[in-house]
Amino acid sequence: MAKKESTMKTVRAFAIELAIYAVLVVAYFFLVLHLLGEWLYQLEVHHRYYYAGLSILLIVGQAVLLESITTFLIRLIRGRSE
Amino acid sequence: MFFPISGAHISPIYLVAVGFLIGILGGFFGVGGSFIAGPALRLAGLDWNFAVGTDLAHIVGKSVVAVRRHRAMGNVDLRLGLIMAVGTICGAEVGAQGIQMLKRAGNINVVVSIVSIVVYLSISTFMIWESRKTLSSKRRSQSSKGPKSKKDHSAFGPVTRAIQRLKIWPMISLPTSGIKEISLWIILLVAFVGGVFSGFLGGGAGYIRMPSMVYVLGIPTHLAVGTDLFEIIISASYGTFSHAVKGNVDILIALVMHTGAAVGAQIGAISTQYFAGPKIRLAFVPLPIIGAAIVIYTMISGHKM
Repeated sequence: MAKKESTMKTVRAFAIELAIYAVLVVAYFFLVLHLLGEWLYQLEVHHRYYYAGLSILLIVGQAVLLESITTFLIRLIRGRSE
Repeated sequence: MFFPISGAHISPIYLVAVGFLIGILGGFFGVGGSFIAGPALRLAGLDWNFAVGTDLAHIVGKSVVAVRRHRAMGNVDLRLGLIMAVGTICGAEVGAQGIQMLKRAGNINVVVSIVSIVVYLSISTFMIWESRKTLSSKRRSQSSKGPKSKKDHSAFGPVTRAIQRLKIWPMISLPTSGIKEISLWIILLVAFVGGVFSGFLGGGAGYIRMPSMVYVLGIPTHLAVGTDLFEIIISASYGTFSHAVKGNVDILIALVMHTGAAVGAQIGAISTQYFAGPKIRLAFVPLPIIGAAIVIYTMISGHKM
């Protein structure tokens, strides 16, 4: 019974996490692709080394940000339900 | 959706789905998943050079997420990862030089294809034998002794212990991995070989490094997965920078792919908690076989995936 309850909690947490990510994905499509797209393209054409460095910073930054936000929210959700 | 850097039109949903699948594989097995991501990006219409470079960029992000999860579970040996990164980068350069030599000789495709098929199938065959033997011996010992052991068993254990006993100065200890003493040169050699394959066959070569860490260095499987991912962050960052300078990275595609990979990597990393080491190793077996199948397909059909 307790195992079933903890599985349900994990599934619910993942469902919330997926919903958060879906919102973030849509936000990225608008922010990164539409606002940064042209600027990154120009940087890639004219300043390759800056572009290379910025690419790594962007992908690492996005990874840390997404992971931190979801961890924080899951803790918040689990804390409230316990 | 149009991506101006590579000039490609690709559905973002497709990218997120591919990222999600590779994220699960990466988080669970400690591999980059380039043997799937490369062909998947190529299939979406991206040029081969962009597929390779962009895949590396997305691997960096996915590995960061997975490593943070694995680290929270105590599955990352930072010291080992940093040492291995040095060996991998040197090996990758040697592998890339090997490719250049074959290019000049004019028989690159045949040699690389045959080498990769032999390597992939050998890894799979060995891992089937080892993990099945370990699982059956573990079952026998559990039925005779009763209590479950938390230690990561391997049928290849005696060979691993013999390698650990080799006294080649300098000797170092890896307390996080539970290794009292091992030669630095053996760690560097394992990483170097993985790097050579990475430079020679492309991708992160996690399919070679992860098993090598378990069987040669004697690292428990869960730690091998987490540490391999940490090491991949460093080596894939190096690869991303190098490819971006050469104009082979569309970071916008990588960012979109990563939104799916970030979720998958967390699911994969958390899932490792529910499986014992030999079971993870047995589940790993199809990955090199898929890699071999892709290479055989390209050889027979003449298509470059």
